[in-house]
Amino acid sequence: MSAPLLDMENLTVRFHGERTVHAVNGVSLTLQSGETLGILGESGSGKSVTLKTLLRLLPENRTEIGGTLRVDGQDVLALQGRALADHRGRTVSMVFQDPMLALDPVYRIGDQIAETVMRHEGCSRSEAMARALDMFKSVQMPSPERRLRAYPHEMSGGMRQRAMIALALACRPKLLLADEPTTALDATVQIQILLLLRDLQRQFGMGMIFVTHDIGVVVEVSDRVAVMYAGEIIETGTVHDIIRDARHPYTKGLLAANLHGAVKGARLNAISGAPPSLESRPTACSFAPRCPVARETCASQPPPNVAVGAQRQVRCILAQQ
Amino acid sequence: MSSLSASQNSAPFEVSPGYWSGVIGRLRRDPVAMFALLVILALVLMALFAPYIAPNDPYRGQLLRRLRPIGTAGFPLGTDELGRDMLSRLIYGARLSLLMGVTPVFIAFFFGAFIGITAGFVGGKVNSLLMRTVDVFFAFPSVLLAIALSGALGAGIFNGLLSLSIVFIPPIARIAESVTTGVRKLEYIEAARASGASSMTIVRVHVLGNVLGPIFVYATGLISVSLILASGLSFLGLGVKPPEPEWGLMLNTLRNAIYVQPWVAALPGLMIFCTSISFNLFSDGLRSAMDLKS
Repeated sequence: MSAPLLDMENLTVRFHGERTVHAVNGVSLTLQSGETLGILGESGSGKSVTLKTLLRLLPENRTEIGGTLRVDGQDVLALQGRALADHRGRTVSMVFQDPMLALDPVYRIGDQIAETVMRHEGCSRSEAMARALDMFKSVQMPSPERRLRAYPHEMSGGMRQRAMIALALACRPKLLLADEPTTALDATVQIQILLLLRDLQRQFGMGMIFVTHDIGVVVEVSDRVAVMYAGEIIETGTVHDIIRDARHPYTKGLLAANLHGAVKGARLNAISGAPPSLESRPTACSFAPRCPVARETCASQPPPNVAVGAQRQVRCILAQQ
Repeated sequence: MSSLSASQNSAPFEVSPGYWSGVIGRLRRDPVAMFALLVILALVLMALFAPYIAPNDPYRGQLLRRLRPIGTAGFPLGTDELGRDMLSRLIYGARLSLLMGVTPVFIAFFFGAFIGITAGFVGGKVNSLLMRTVDVFFAFPSVLLAIALSGALGAGIFNGLLSLSIVFIPPIARIAESVTTGVRKLEYIEAARASGASSMTIVRVHVLGNVLGPIFVYATGLISVSLILASGLSFLGLGVKPPEPEWGLMLNTLRNAIYVQPWVAALPGLMIFCTSISFNLFSDGLRSAMDLKS
């Protein structure tokens, strides 16, 4: 196997301020080119922080990043100034959650895309606009020539997200990050955008990391899944493994909390309790207080990271048997 | 290329208009704003072509015909306390009054926006330093500050302009700072950073583009205040010096005649009122026309 596109080893992120927040606690991930990884987790589990670390978008002076992070052989944590700006958008690019907020309201979409292309490829304005038009065709934008000249507020939510994807892919990044790209859209548009992202990922042969809290979405697009809880990855495996044979109690709880197949009138399953505050570094299993099958040792020592097959790990004491 | 694609697609759809043409379109449908704009244009034209419009010399007076009422033959708006033609003086007065009203706001717009955007975008200690300095000026009421500054600098048009500009920098900087701070936290700034834009590009393209509009609208609203303050300075003998025709100064010199010819004495005040309310109404119309969400 060739060197991975993304190699993240024991990544930790701390935010310093009035109180310290341990947002990401020892996350290790690898991703090959052409592979899609879904990161599944609830709000505040550190998914978005992990993504933003890949682009170094977190506020420099209040953030402490530990561990190693290499994308395409380059040490991302060591990048500075122009090299960092070159990395952003060219090597790694991001699709944001709400395209209404992530597109500048006072510029035409085409100009925003062209600006990025000109920045990274140093080409002329007309070449950049031609690229923007190509991208609009790739994302199946209806009447692309006209939409290039539209402002974000003149488009529907689905078209805005298509434009956002076109912007993110305009410089042919090697790694695409998608931060809940379908959350702000309605259900019928969601599936279109998901299928589009999957097709484009295959067409361009990029690596993609797809962050979501929706299991259905993960199943649709990912090859592998990593489940995050309280800033740690608690279970990784192929989509099939996770759905058919979840090992971690949290993953099982997530799957049980799914609305699909719920009987009308019956009480919905939910994981009781709330995620822990991240003010101190976890010294035991973070999920133990909510875990239905917790043991005494769970609350006293950190759980082992158990390998239960190739590319399949579970951070739970129960997986050892 | 753009014209080509426009012509290809213009048949079934309406090609999306630019932001500013949209603003102008909405402004055109606003009768109040358009009327205010017409008044402002008329005033500007009057100031520009004063020598051609004014029936008499605004400086030459005859004491024999002082304080004639409105409607006197040859002097349709009467004469002032030195027998000078009121109509001609009001027409010539538009020059200095508009100059004193508009220039300080533009100077203050430039410096205030610079200070505010810098403070808002850099944030942290730089923001505190700049904005607390600006706050010191906020401690004084604007009228008092203008009077104190021109009093210290001495009377004259240039000093008047200077002191008014200084008076308007703090409020514009304050608005610019708050708008910039709001914009800086928005996701499209982060998205621009995520696609590799440098800080300079982000400020130049994304911050300025989103921030200048609101600041400009606020500044146009200040023009009326500036006009009134400038007139106030002249009224107190600090701005324009006699015998220059300027509305505030005319109001001052005519105030002794208020019992003799009250209508004539009120005319400069009427001009100030009309001009400032026109600028205010136009700025209101511009504000609503620039609001994309409505």
